[in-house]
Amino acid sequence: MADVVLKGVSKSFGKGGSKRAVDGIDLTIADGEFVVLLGPTGAGKTTTLRLIAGIETPDAGTISIGGRPMAGLAPASRDIAFVFQQYSLYPHLTVYENLAFPLRSPARRMNGATIDARVREVARMVRIDHKLENRSTRLSGGEMQRVAIGRALVRRPSIYLMDEPLSSLDAKLRGELRLELKRIQKDLGATLLYVTHDQIEAMTMADRIGILAEGRLVQIGTPREIYADPANLHVAARLGQPHINLLPVGLLPDVPTPPGTKTIGARTEHIALAREAAGNARVDWIEHLGDQNHLHIRLGEQKLVTLADPDMAVSPGDRISLSLKSPLYFGQDGQRLV
Amino acid sequence: MSPAKSTSATARSVTTAHSVVEPSSRSKRIAATLVIVYAVVTMIPLVWIFLTSIKSPPDSISYPPKILFTPSIEGYCNLFTTRTRQTPEYIASLPEPEGVCDAVTRERNMVIAGPSNFLPRFANSLIIAFGSTFLAVGLGTLAAYGFSRFKVPLADDLLFFILSTRMMPPIAVAIPIYLMYRQLGLSDTALGMMLLYTAVNVSLAVWLLKGFIDEIPREYEEAAMIDGYSRLQAFRKVVLPQATTGIAATAIFCLIFAWNEYAFASLLTSGSAQTAPPFIPTIIGEGGQDWPAVAAGTTIFLVPILVFTILLRKQLLRGITFGAVRK
Repeated sequence: MADVVLKGVSKSFGKGGSKRAVDGIDLTIADGEFVVLLGPTGAGKTTTLRLIAGIETPDAGTISIGGRPMAGLAPASRDIAFVFQQYSLYPHLTVYENLAFPLRSPARRMNGATIDARVREVARMVRIDHKLENRSTRLSGGEMQRVAIGRALVRRPSIYLMDEPLSSLDAKLRGELRLELKRIQKDLGATLLYVTHDQIEAMTMADRIGILAEGRLVQIGTPREIYADPANLHVAARLGQPHINLLPVGLLPDVPTPPGTKTIGARTEHIALAREAAGNARVDWIEHLGDQNHLHIRLGEQKLVTLADPDMAVSPGDRISLSLKSPLYFGQDGQRLV
Repeated sequence: MSPAKSTSATARSVTTAHSVVEPSSRSKRIAATLVIVYAVVTMIPLVWIFLTSIKSPPDSISYPPKILFTPSIEGYCNLFTTRTRQTPEYIASLPEPEGVCDAVTRERNMVIAGPSNFLPRFANSLIIAFGSTFLAVGLGTLAAYGFSRFKVPLADDLLFFILSTRMMPPIAVAIPIYLMYRQLGLSDTALGMMLLYTAVNVSLAVWLLKGFIDEIPREYEEAAMIDGYSRLQAFRKVVLPQATTGIAATAIFCLIFAWNEYAFASLLTSGSAQTAPPFIPTIIGEGGQDWPAVAAGTTIFLVPILVFTILLRKQLLRGITFGAVRK
């Protein structure tokens, strides 16, 4: 295990480097830390991983793993493991052969008995030991990704890189594997850099979350910090379900705002509701999710969505009064105002 | 799919309800009939050639053609031997015939003088066709991989040039090649024929295989390289096993071309490097119209391709439908 340091890493693609995929990223991942990079498609998450893996070469900046500079090193000699989003297993090999593949590589040259022991140990860890002789194409999606994760684990590299390993799975499996992955990472004390666009994966697994937008690392911090203390509108919009409500300043005249405020961000916990015939807002629609309700509210011309207790006795068309409790304020440039 | 299925089933409830995807039994029967008719039409000449090869020479040229006849091994005997005519007295004075061919030949007032050139010519065909197929597919795979994975400068133009060698009939360059080969001492050599067929086939191989390799996701190689393999090792361990279908299909096409090639073979080879295609027609000249011997040569000539194709049949079928239905 080792720490990973990125300094001013940039990478462009396209004719003459017209498209900046990664733009001056500084990131330090401590030994044994689980860092999640969160961002929308095209934010540079995967490119960052590929740069660390050595599949791409940075245009500028340095990457070092365990204090060792990585410039010019082939992927094979970087001591990393990578879990891909798709095409994760070698289709012409069995599960066993897939797991043994990294150990049989010329870079390692382990003997047969050691390989066998490792493969079986990891197979138990990812709970695939009953299907070792299966063709890898004969597995379900969840089993495939478990083997893919196993193939990364079997190596015991200095860092694990995972590129949306759960995104092609259905919700239930995703939930299960999320827990398993976190458990395995804790057990091994592994350093892990994980890329996703799924905020729940980020919130539940990460020690720290890095928010990427347009190739830049916008903010990095613990899930709690990122959620409660977002640096700007973009970060605030990444987290929270339902989506944060962005209200133009002045919509609620009596809310005191810091000078320069352009937008007020209000999540469920910032919104207080009460049934009142003369209320300032109206219930538009209610989505019943079982354990909770999504309340669609109209305040003037502005639409808001918030969570409500299923017992709350409102129905579409009811007037309610809406007030804000210490919401988030954002200035003209989208930066947070405190 | 299921809503579409149910609407179509309702709409067609007058006739039999069946899956939209699965062909009906009637269309299956029509398809089967067409396939069988086509198969019979293409196989009749082959069957006729085989039957001719087991006829006696008089039966083979009788008119109307004989459908029922006594099979004879004479064609095969004549194919593998050269014979000389002798007087009946001389033949009677010989000791007992050794083997079937000896006896058959003597009935025609001839004796076997020695082996014919068929076996060496056939061996030439095997060496040249399989050798050039191996070279073309080997070079083609490497080139296709390069075009597929690396940023090759002017890749599209290069691919066009490679294909352009196929845009004219090969015989159009026969005279320059003939002169070049004479100058280089490649005329009538197995190496020369192998190089020529490789040159013609490699363009086909590059194009076919590039398509196959393009379909193999790069992530596999990237994963292998991260797993501790060099690019070349990743190519061998990950790309090649997945490209076997395409390689098999390409190999069959290349082999069939090289095996059947007639024009260059008759132009550039005459002696030691002559292949079977230009040789087989010459059999007819050795002692009258010996159709059974020609047919026997043709029948044997078909065997290697038949075996090779049957061995790779599964890959070939999957290869042809590649891209359309892969997973």
